[in-house]
Amino acid sequence: MAKRIDVKDLNLFYGKFHAVDQVSLAVPPRNVTAFIGPSGCGKSTVLRSLNRMHEVIPGARAEGKVLLDGEDIYASTVDPVSVRRTIGMVFQRPNPFPTMSIRDNVVAGLKLAGLRDRKKLDEVAERALRGANLWAEVKDRLNRPGGGLSGGQQQRLCIARAIAVQPDVLLMDEPCSALDPISTLAIEDLIQELKKDFTIVIVTHNMQQAARVSDQTAFFNLAGVGQPGRLIELDDTEKIFSNPTQKATEDYISGRFG
Amino acid sequence: MSDSDTVGRPGAPGLAGGPRGGAAPDTAPEAPITPTPQGSDGDPAKPTKVITRPGDKIFKTLTVGSGVFVVVMIALIGIFLLIQAIPSLADNNANFLFSRDWNADPANLAFGVLDLLLVTIFSSVFALIIAMPVSLGIALFLTQYAPRRLARPFAYLVDLLAAVPSIIYGLWGAYVLAPALSPISKWLNEYLGFIPLFASGSSNLVIGQTIFTAGIVLAVMLLPIITAITREVFDRTPPMQVEGALALGATKWEVIRTTVLPFGRAGYISASMLGLGRALGETIAVLIILSSTTKHFSFSLFDGGDTIASKIARAAQEFNDPRGAGAYIAAGLVLFVLTFVVNAFARSIISGHKEYE
Amino acid sequence: MSTATDLDRPATPPAFQEINASRRFKNRLATVLVAGAFVFALAPLVWLLITVLAKGLRYVFNADWWQKSLAGLTSRQFGGGVYHAIIGTLLQGLICAVIAVPIAILVAVYLVEYGKRSRLARAVTFTVDILSGVPSIVAALFIYALWVTTLGLPRSAFAVSLALVLLMIPVVVRTTEELLKIVPDELREAAYALGVPKWKTIVKIVIPTAMSGIITGISLAVARVMGETAPVLVLVGYTAYINYDPFDGNMASLPLLMTAERLTTNAVGEARVWGAAVTLILIITVFNLLGSLISRLTSLKTK
Repeated sequence: MAKRIDVKDLNLFYGKFHAVDQVSLAVPPRNVTAFIGPSGCGKSTVLRSLNRMHEVIPGARAEGKVLLDGEDIYASTVDPVSVRRTIGMVFQRPNPFPTMSIRDNVVAGLKLAGLRDRKKLDEVAERALRGANLWAEVKDRLNRPGGGLSGGQQQRLCIARAIAVQPDVLLMDEPCSALDPISTLAIEDLIQELKKDFTIVIVTHNMQQAARVSDQTAFFNLAGVGQPGRLIELDDTEKIFSNPTQKATEDYISGRFG
Repeated sequence: MSDSDTVGRPGAPGLAGGPRGGAAPDTAPEAPITPTPQGSDGDPAKPTKVITRPGDKIFKTLTVGSGVFVVVMIALIGIFLLIQAIPSLADNNANFLFSRDWNADPANLAFGVLDLLLVTIFSSVFALIIAMPVSLGIALFLTQYAPRRLARPFAYLVDLLAAVPSIIYGLWGAYVLAPALSPISKWLNEYLGFIPLFASGSSNLVIGQTIFTAGIVLAVMLLPIITAITREVFDRTPPMQVEGALALGATKWEVIRTTVLPFGRAGYISASMLGLGRALGETIAVLIILSSTTKHFSFSLFDGGDTIASKIARAAQEFNDPRGAGAYIAAGLVLFVLTFVVNAFARSIISGHKEYE
Repeated sequence: MSTATDLDRPATPPAFQEINASRRFKNRLATVLVAGAFVFALAPLVWLLITVLAKGLRYVFNADWWQKSLAGLTSRQFGGGVYHAIIGTLLQGLICAVIAVPIAILVAVYLVEYGKRSRLARAVTFTVDILSGVPSIVAALFIYALWVTTLGLPRSAFAVSLALVLLMIPVVVRTTEELLKIVPDELREAAYALGVPKWKTIVKIVIPTAMSGIITGISLAVARVMGETAPVLVLVGYTAYINYDPFDGNMASLPLLMTAERLTTNAVGEARVWGAAVTLILIITVFNLLGSLISRLTSLKTK
C-alpha cells in the first residue's frame, strides 16, 4: 500500500511570489521523512504540494513533477481529488467536522464518497480508531460530537479520519504544534506505528521531534527575505543531526538561528 | 508539464483509488473519472489544465447562474418598468416630470410626478432629521453606555421595531398617534405658523393625517435600520484608540467624541442613507396615515397628499387598463431610480472604508 | 473625619487633578441624552404593542377566529374568523421561501466559495445591496408588469409570492454569506485532504456547519415578508372566502384583510382590523421564536 514519492525540480508560487525554488527529493515507502527549517522556508508549502492541497489557495500553482510510484500527480489527466484520496493529510490544528459524531468523522471520507453500508462503515471506523490509538478512549461515545474530545484526542481523531480512507501516503503538517506534551508523545508513538503501513512525511518546528520520529530529515532554508525557500540538505536523520554536510544545517540544528 | 505517458489513459488508475482489497471500499461513485481537461478558471498564469469533476462543474454552474440571475433581475426590474411606462408616457398630455397634477384616466392621460416626488422626499427627509440623532444616541447607548450584560437584550428590543409590519405602524400612526399629536401640531401651527413649514396645510390638524404624523411614524421605522448598522460600526472602533484617549484623562464623552464618532462617521452616514432609501419607498404606513388631497403640496408639514408609493398603492386595485397602470408604473420607475441612487450612494460611502470589514 | 486630623496633615496638593465643571457637565449631558434616545425609541414600541393588544386581543380568544373565514358575513355582522387570511399569509410566505431560499443560498455559496473578489462577484454583491433597498411597491409593480401586463396572467397569490421572492433573496443572501464566511477554512481543507470534491465539501460540510444560523435567518426573513402589504395590494384581490389555490382567484392575507376592512368604519370593521393585527403579530412572533428555537436545537454541540 505504501508508495514512494519522488519530487523533481518542483517550483511553487503564490501568485507572482516564488515561494519554493527547485526542490528535488525522494521519500521511500514505509519511512518517516521530516521537513525542518525556519519559519517561511517553504516546508509546509512543499508538503501541501505533495497532495495538491497547495492549489486550493487562490493564485497558488506548482511547476515540476511529483511522482507517486512513478506517476506524476500533476499530470493533466490526473484529478486532484483522486490524488488527495491517495495521499492523506493531517493538519496543524485538529479540525474534526463539528456537525458530525466521532464515528461519522472517522468515516466521513468514505461516506462522502458514497459508501452507505452501515456494517462496513462501523468496521472501518473501529479499525481506523484502533489504528489511531483512540478506540479505547472513545468506543463508548462514538455518537457524541467530535468537538467534545480533548485537543490530543481530536488530533488522533483526525489521523483516524485520514487513515480510514486507506491512503498510500500520510502528510502531517506540524501535527503536534497545538498539543500539550503528553498528547504530543501519544502522536509520536502513533507515527511509529503508522510507519508500518504508510509512507509518512511530517513537517515539524521541533527538532527533537524530528530526531525522535523520522528516518530521514530534509532541511529547508531561504536565502533571504523575499527569496524563495530551498531544500538545503536531505539525509538520514542521524547524519543530519550528528554530522550535516552543510554549514547552514549545522547552524540551524545547533540553534544558531531559526 | 503534460506527461506524454499519461495522456490518453483512462484517468491514471493508480491514483484513482481503485479497489484495494481488504475492507477498504474507497471506490464508490466518486472515484473513477474521465479525463476531460477543463479550463483553469481563466487564470493565464496557470500552465496546466485542471480536471474538474462533473459534480463540481454542475454545482459551480448553478451557483454562478444564481449570481447572474440576481444581477439580471435588477436590470429586468428597470427594463420592464420602462417598457410598460413608455406607451403611457407617450400618450401623456402633461409634462411627466414637472406637472403637479395626476390624472391617470386612460381616456385623458395627464399625469405629472412632481408633487408626488416632492411629498416623498419631503416626508422622508423630515423622518430622517428626526431619526438620525435618535439613532446615533441609541447606537452610542448600546455600544458605549449600556451595561455589558444588558446591551444584547436592549439591542434586541430596538431590533423588534424592525419586526413590526409597516401596516401596523400605519394603523397605530393614523388612529392612535395622529390624534395624540394634534395638540403639538396645533401649537406649532398657532405660534410658528408664519414659517411655511408649520403653515396650515391641506390636512385637518385635529384628525392629524399629515406629513407631520407620517414623518414621525417613518422616523420610528427608520430607528432600527440606522441603529443596527451604526452600532456595528461603532463596535469596531479600535480599542487602541479608545485606550489612548482614556490614558490622556478624557471623560467618557470626550473619548466618544475623539475616537468613536470620527471612526464611525462614514458608517453612520451610510446607515442614514439606507434609512432614507427605506423611507422613500415606504408604502402602506404612509397610505393609511396621509389624507388624500387634490390641493398642491405647499411645503407644510401639515399638508396631506401622497407619496409616489402611496399613490401607486391607492390605485393598485383599479389597475385594469394598461395605459392607466402605465402611468403608475412610470411613477414607480422614478421611485426605483431614486432609491437605486440613494442606496448606491450609501454603499459607496461605506465601501471605501476597509476598516469596517 | 475630625478636623483635628485634617489640620495635622501636611498641605499637599490633591493626588488627582480635578476635572473642570464644564467637562463634567458635558459628560453628564451626553449620558443623559444618549440614554434618553434609547428610552425614546422604546416608547413607540411599547405604545404600539399595547395599542394593538388592547384593541385586538379580545377577538382572538375565540376558536372561530382561527377556524372560520368571513364568508357570508356582511360588514355589520360580528363573528367569523380570519382563517382564510392566515392560510393566505402562510401560503404566500411558504411559496416565496421555497423559491427564494435555494436561489439565495446558491448566490451566497457563489460569493463565498467561488466568486471571492472576481468582477462578477462584486457585481452580485452590489446587486444584492441594491435589491435589499428596492421598495416593496416597486417589486410589486415589476411583477405586475411581468406577470399581468406582459404574460397576460391574472393577478394571483403566486404573483404575490414572486414579488416577495425579490424582497427575500437579499436578506437570505446576506445572512448566509456572513455565516459561510465564518466557517473555518480548516474544515474545507480537511475535506479536500480526504479526497472529497469541492461541491460535496460545500454541500455536506460547509453548509451543514452554518445551517442553524441559516435556518434562523430564513425564518426571520419569512416573518418579514409575511407582513408586507404593498405586494398583496397590487397583485391579488381580497376575498372573504377560503382559497387554497395560489394560481387562481383572489386570496386573502392578514395585511390585505386589514387594508380591506379598514374601510369598514364601524365596530365590526375595527374588530376585524385589530384582531388581524394581533394575529399577524402573533404569527410573526411565532416565526421569530421558531427561528431561535430551531437554531438552539440544531446548534453545534460539543458534549
